[in-house]
Amino acid sequence: MGRVVLVTGISRDIGRRFARAAAGDPSIERVIGVDVVPPRGDIGDVSFVRADIRNPVIAKVIAKEDVDTVVHMSVIATPGSAGGRGTMKELNVIGSMQLLAACQKSRTVERIVVKSTTTVYGSGPRDPAMFTEDMGPKRMPSAGYAKDVYEIEGYVRGFARRRPDVDVTMIRAANVIGPHVSSPLTNYFRLPVIPRVLGFDPRLQFLHEDDLMGVLRHAATNGVPGTFNVAGDGLLTLSQAVRRLGTPSVAMPRFAVGRLGATMRQARLSDFSPEQLGFLTYGRGVDTTRMRTVLGFEPTYSTAEAYADFCRSLTAAPLQGAGRG
Amino acid sequence: MADDARTEPARDAVVIPIGTGGRPGRGTGRARPSSAARDLAPSSARPPAAKKPAARKPAARKPAAKKAAAKKATARKPPAEEASASQQPVEQPVAADREATTTQPRADSGIPIGDWIAACQGAAREVFGDDWERRLAELLAFVRRRLEGGYEVDDYGFDRELTERFFMTALRPIAEKWFRLEVRGLENIPADGGALVVSNHSGTVPLDGLMTMLAVHDHAHRFLRPLGADLVFKLPIVSSLARKGGATLACVEDAERMLSGGELVGVWPEGFKGIGKPFSERYKLQRFGRGGFVSAALRTGVPIIPLSVVGAEEIYPLVGNVPSLARLLGVPYIPITPFFPWLGPLGMVPLPSKWILEFGEPIRTDAYDAAEAEDPMLVFNVTDQVRETIQHTLFDLLRDRNGVFG
Repeated sequence: MGRVVLVTGISRDIGRRFARAAAGDPSIERVIGVDVVPPRGDIGDVSFVRADIRNPVIAKVIAKEDVDTVVHMSVIATPGSAGGRGTMKELNVIGSMQLLAACQKSRTVERIVVKSTTTVYGSGPRDPAMFTEDMGPKRMPSAGYAKDVYEIEGYVRGFARRRPDVDVTMIRAANVIGPHVSSPLTNYFRLPVIPRVLGFDPRLQFLHEDDLMGVLRHAATNGVPGTFNVAGDGLLTLSQAVRRLGTPSVAMPRFAVGRLGATMRQARLSDFSPEQLGFLTYGRGVDTTRMRTVLGFEPTYSTAEAYADFCRSLTAAPLQGAGRG
Repeated sequence: MADDARTEPARDAVVIPIGTGGRPGRGTGRARPSSAARDLAPSSARPPAAKKPAARKPAARKPAAKKAAAKKATARKPPAEEASASQQPVEQPVAADREATTTQPRADSGIPIGDWIAACQGAAREVFGDDWERRLAELLAFVRRRLEGGYEVDDYGFDRELTERFFMTALRPIAEKWFRLEVRGLENIPADGGALVVSNHSGTVPLDGLMTMLAVHDHAHRFLRPLGADLVFKLPIVSSLARKGGATLACVEDAERMLSGGELVGVWPEGFKGIGKPFSERYKLQRFGRGGFVSAALRTGVPIIPLSVVGAEEIYPLVGNVPSLARLLGVPYIPITPFFPWLGPLGMVPLPSKWILEFGEPIRTDAYDAAEAEDPMLVFNVTDQVRETIQHTLFDLLRDRNGVFG
């Protein structure tokens, strides 16, 4: 008797690929994908249920399918793909709340895996060099993705308090990078000329897309409760990353980069959010000791290797995904 | 002029008998050998020089690319072959053209290719030393690594290679020639393992931190990892340089992480109070923060090494401040010294005071339990002990030194 896994956010590439990979796992019997729009690619053995996690129908899906593991991946980072910031916030926060409420009612759910992000730590000049899991952001995020994730994490912690019998694993993944990833950061690196903030050289940490799949599967099958930072080993500075990519870059004062980012967002060339500007100014590093000691996961790619893999995909198909929002 | 320079030391060094100028055609001070000398020289037999222009003309009309290629081809030929080729110009017109285009200017300039190579090698040896080939290759590899981003940084963004090859090299002459750094008590720096260097802070601009980093690197062969105020990481350029130089934010998390990672960490607990104090209060230690550095050392069990720096107070005597402007710019103070801002950029040159750095005996903290770091009384006591040690060493050093600029 294998596990029955419900995956949210399956219409997005990462969610779809995770669901497919999970369906191939021998310890997982069935994978059910949920989203408001059908996935565009091949989903293999995954059964797709068209449901909106923002309304209580999701509870019926969980009950009917005897779901015992929920992998919540539908936290979206860019307002562009959701159709505006309001929709994005509703999808992220209300969707998560509904999903957690449904799980709380359910008698079958034993395990919840939430894909969070290290963006919750924010980035600023007063940050420690490496964030551990028990540190919070130095300054509360005021808007955008970081705030959404911060709120979702709060609800997840609340759920874990109310249902101590359910193993809740929160994966704070570093910036995911890889040949198939289209995120604000990968789109930034796909720009023909990379704008940099003058006088700052942020430290960046990456997680390869395969490792994200790996860690989510590991968490779904092993069920280790807790919050874990997940990132590739080592760090790259932005100047290093740009030089390794070989793309020309131009250093501009911070306000000019912000202005340019806003213009590009309006022109739908790139999603350059204010928190990304902070990230590209001050950077961020997270400590991954607990990922190894408690979660028992070992990423296959280091930060530099993940980035090199991304660079290879760029040089192989230089125009693929360029300028996509 | 260049020839003069070359001959002058030769005359100094070698006794040349009067009446001879050395080998024929050499040492006359002129670039072009005399006609007599040209006749004497065995290989430069060019009596049919008058005919040569005629032979050169067709070559001049040829495409430049071909000429260049021909030049390259002949340039690699040994001189003996050239000489033999030039002797039959009629039978091999193409070869003659080549010879005409290449050997003619060489006869004018008179410097064979071997000399050029020797000169380049000599220059390289002059710049890089005896194993210049290795060193040159290393330099090129370094440049390539920098340009391609193939270097490594650690978790704090510390770029070891850049620090060693650039920052330290740039600071060394300032430390040795300008401030004439004298370092005492080096045996107190442990050869490995974590340790916390606690120093007084002075000099309006944190040059004392940079000098301490250099002194530790050059004499103790370790990298001092400074803990910087958050202003450092807020300022553009300064922040990226600080991270590359090995600094990190002065917070409990980073201090403990670095100390437990076995790094030699430097801290200046007086902070801006110390560095921006008026000249009249020189060598009077300010309050040592909240003693966070002591609790970090207690928790990680590393020794505290007190460091007293004398000389940094005099580099920019701070006689005034513009608090309103400082508040506007968000910096702790705007310094006014006897020379700044009156002399403009010239006022930014630090005064060449003589510096003494004395590392004191380590204060061990491993006898305490890590839990005792929570005891505020113990933390205050150790803080005071460190502060008193530094203050007394400062007074001793001041009595010891002969004059500010001595």
